[in-house]
Amino acid sequence: MAAQEVLRGVGLSKSFGPIEVVHGVDIDVRAGEVHALVGENGAGKSTLMKTLSGYLAPSSGEVRLDGAPVTFRDSNEAEAAGVVLIHQELNLVPHLTVEENIFLGREPHRYGLVDRRATRRATRELLDSLRTDVPVTSQVRELSVSQAQMVEIAKAVSREVRVLCMDEPTDVLTGRETEVLFDLVRRLVADGVAIIYVSHKLEEVKAIADRVTIMRDGYKVGTYDVADLTPVEMARRMVGRDLADMYPPKRPPADDAPVALEIEAFSVPGLVTGASLAVRRGEVLGVAGLIGAGRTELFEGVLGLRPSVGTVRKDGREVKWRHPADAKRDKVAYLTEDRKGKGLLLDSLLRENVTLQALELFARPFVDVRAEQGALLRAVEEYDVRVRDVAVPAKALSGGNQQKVVLAKMMLTDPDVVILDEPTRGIDVGTKRQIYFYVAELLSRGVAVVLISSELPEVIGLSHRVVVMQRGVVTGTLSGDDLTEETVMAYATGLRSDRRVAETRTPEAHVGL
Amino acid sequence: MSVSEVAPAPTWRDRLGRVPWQQLTPLLGLVLLVVVGSLIHPSFLTPTNIFNVLTRSAFIGIIAVGATFVIIAGGIDLSVGSMAAFLAGAMILFMNAVQGGGVSPVGVVLLGVGLVLVGGLAAGAANGIAITRGRIEAFIVTLGTLGIFRSLVTYLADGGTISLDFALRGVYRPVFYGYFLGIPIPVWAFAVVALVGAIVLHRTRFGRYVRAIGSNAEVARYAAIRVERVRTLTYVIQGLCVAIAVVLYVPRLGSASGSTGILWELEAIAAVIIGGTALKGGSGHVWGTVVGAVMLSLIGNVLNLTTAISEYLNGAVQGLIIIGAVFLQRGRQGR
Repeated sequence: MAAQEVLRGVGLSKSFGPIEVVHGVDIDVRAGEVHALVGENGAGKSTLMKTLSGYLAPSSGEVRLDGAPVTFRDSNEAEAAGVVLIHQELNLVPHLTVEENIFLGREPHRYGLVDRRATRRATRELLDSLRTDVPVTSQVRELSVSQAQMVEIAKAVSREVRVLCMDEPTDVLTGRETEVLFDLVRRLVADGVAIIYVSHKLEEVKAIADRVTIMRDGYKVGTYDVADLTPVEMARRMVGRDLADMYPPKRPPADDAPVALEIEAFSVPGLVTGASLAVRRGEVLGVAGLIGAGRTELFEGVLGLRPSVGTVRKDGREVKWRHPADAKRDKVAYLTEDRKGKGLLLDSLLRENVTLQALELFARPFVDVRAEQGALLRAVEEYDVRVRDVAVPAKALSGGNQQKVVLAKMMLTDPDVVILDEPTRGIDVGTKRQIYFYVAELLSRGVAVVLISSELPEVIGLSHRVVVMQRGVVTGTLSGDDLTEETVMAYATGLRSDRRVAETRTPEAHVGL
Repeated sequence: MSVSEVAPAPTWRDRLGRVPWQQLTPLLGLVLLVVVGSLIHPSFLTPTNIFNVLTRSAFIGIIAVGATFVIIAGGIDLSVGSMAAFLAGAMILFMNAVQGGGVSPVGVVLLGVGLVLVGGLAAGAANGIAITRGRIEAFIVTLGTLGIFRSLVTYLADGGTISLDFALRGVYRPVFYGYFLGIPIPVWAFAVVALVGAIVLHRTRFGRYVRAIGSNAEVARYAAIRVERVRTLTYVIQGLCVAIAVVLYVPRLGSASGSTGILWELEAIAAVIIGGTALKGGSGHVWGTVVGAVMLSLIGNVLNLTTAISEYLNGAVQGLIIIGAVFLQRGRQGR
């Protein structure tokens, strides 16, 4: 079939503030194809898709629809032209019904009133044509995630969609739901719809896509027929470099290295049940698990940020931290996973951010701004914060540089146990590597490191031992040759568990997440 | 107004070059009002008139310095006017009761001042603890205490007026009407409160924490700052400021009633907002609040001196200026 080009991006670039995240990408999408976009986290695939679909305006380059340049002022204009983006976090109104959502803003009406009967009939026809059994009169909040996604797609189809953009649509779906989605995608494609499909699951791409565009560090590596590549070959092109030198060499902690932090039978009500673990000086203890496994919640409980029960020992001494200030006194620091919401005062100066956690060092008794400025300049130097002018608010920095500032802020308290929660989330590969080597430097100073991360290569590349959690429970501790992505995933998904039956039978273990 | 915000760090000049207009808006408004006033009436710029304006701005100004802390930390205190009335009523009743019991009149007044200061701290602490420990919205808690204090003073006055014993008035009178080095005592008090407030807000850890909590309380908590304690303290500071205002207010009329201090909370909040502090918290300056309080009092003064606009429209002009001030500040931020 001689597929016809629908949408084309020519030299598309996109910057956020001073940072360009997509660099001059050419891409074409044809009617009746599934065009996958793949790449590592931060490779720019989602940004590229949002730029193509009119959700973001390109910084340079142009988008052509049927060969003619188009500028969508907002996503409504794009949708009117048949280009629809389905967000990862679905864009439905929870308290409206399925039919009300599908026709939101363009309700069929008669005599100035909404024609409910016509709405219902149109919705039924639409859902029938998609062969889904979503109840039309339910409120969206009552639906499962996959049903809600179907409603999104139905909404798109009802607007005579020509290009449908899907951002990691199967992340929230079970295997069976994924099959239903794929069926629907195949039917849409047969009707001549073009699908742009962003995913990091290469097996899925192989199964559903016709062509694939691979992104790396904001550049396009190439566009290939999926039939010509195996998933492994895709992965190689995504990474594009030998990953071996991403991580510093692992030096095991000294044989007599004392345990720095120990947690025993620790529970956070409703979220974590009976977790035990220990980390020694000079050791990285990885904490792996799926999203919602309770990893962050466990350590927020330990730090006194959440109500909790259980035993915590620091350097062998039993402690009870009711507030992060107590943990700080005992030289334990936590780097939050939520950099923008909990890590930085975005509107405040870098200087005020860096010293916030250890302000007592700069107050004698009045805050010494000069000393603070000195601390900022040292931090900029030590952590290689790339900023032309240090007198800017934190929001002016890129994610990676912001993360370095948060790290500097935490380290000013001079902790000897640091808990890093997703320390490289949303930052570029080069900065990731810097952070990995900084962790190695901490180890050489005798600091104990807990690394919570959802990126398995990172957990495995840095950790001496890895604790895996599933649904609020520690299911296993891995080290040495057991430390592979496959085993970690087996424990994280509950396929394997070292917990004895007697233990998992405790009533709290069944409290839902 | 001579209180600069930071010591001359290397970034001082940069910062001045970056954001001067937004911060100087209240000061420009003040200058404009002074120019208008001096054109309208020749006696406007006389020391007598200026001191009169400053003295009248002292009550609201001192309360507003406390409100600056509360608002920057992301809170609000609606109870200050009623709290002032209650403290004034309680103070007068207490002094009348103690008077003649063998304590000298000066001693009686000192005891009364002590009672008011302790009472202000306690009332502020009660607000703060209900808000932080009780986890109730500041708006709700202080709306509740607004009603409570107002009703208490009416009860104490039995629906009428509480008057200070004449034997005490002579001793206490100079605290409002007296001069020191040619400047009225209330102006001194306002200046000292503003100066101490500015130092605490802009130069101490506590002040930095107040701003951090106002911009993002979660970030502050994760940075090991005891958020609840700092928040409670802002209400305690507010209570102390109310108490100081009451100490100056009682000798002015020598009485208190159910209508004492009505709408002071709104005037104090208005002074803070005109002064450039964000109502949502996170940023602000004590000197801006001082300018705001003086501006509010100047508007009344200018309207008194001119026949062009009725003084009964004072509230309307103040209202326009509040809205205009916020509009200008938002415009400067480029939103």
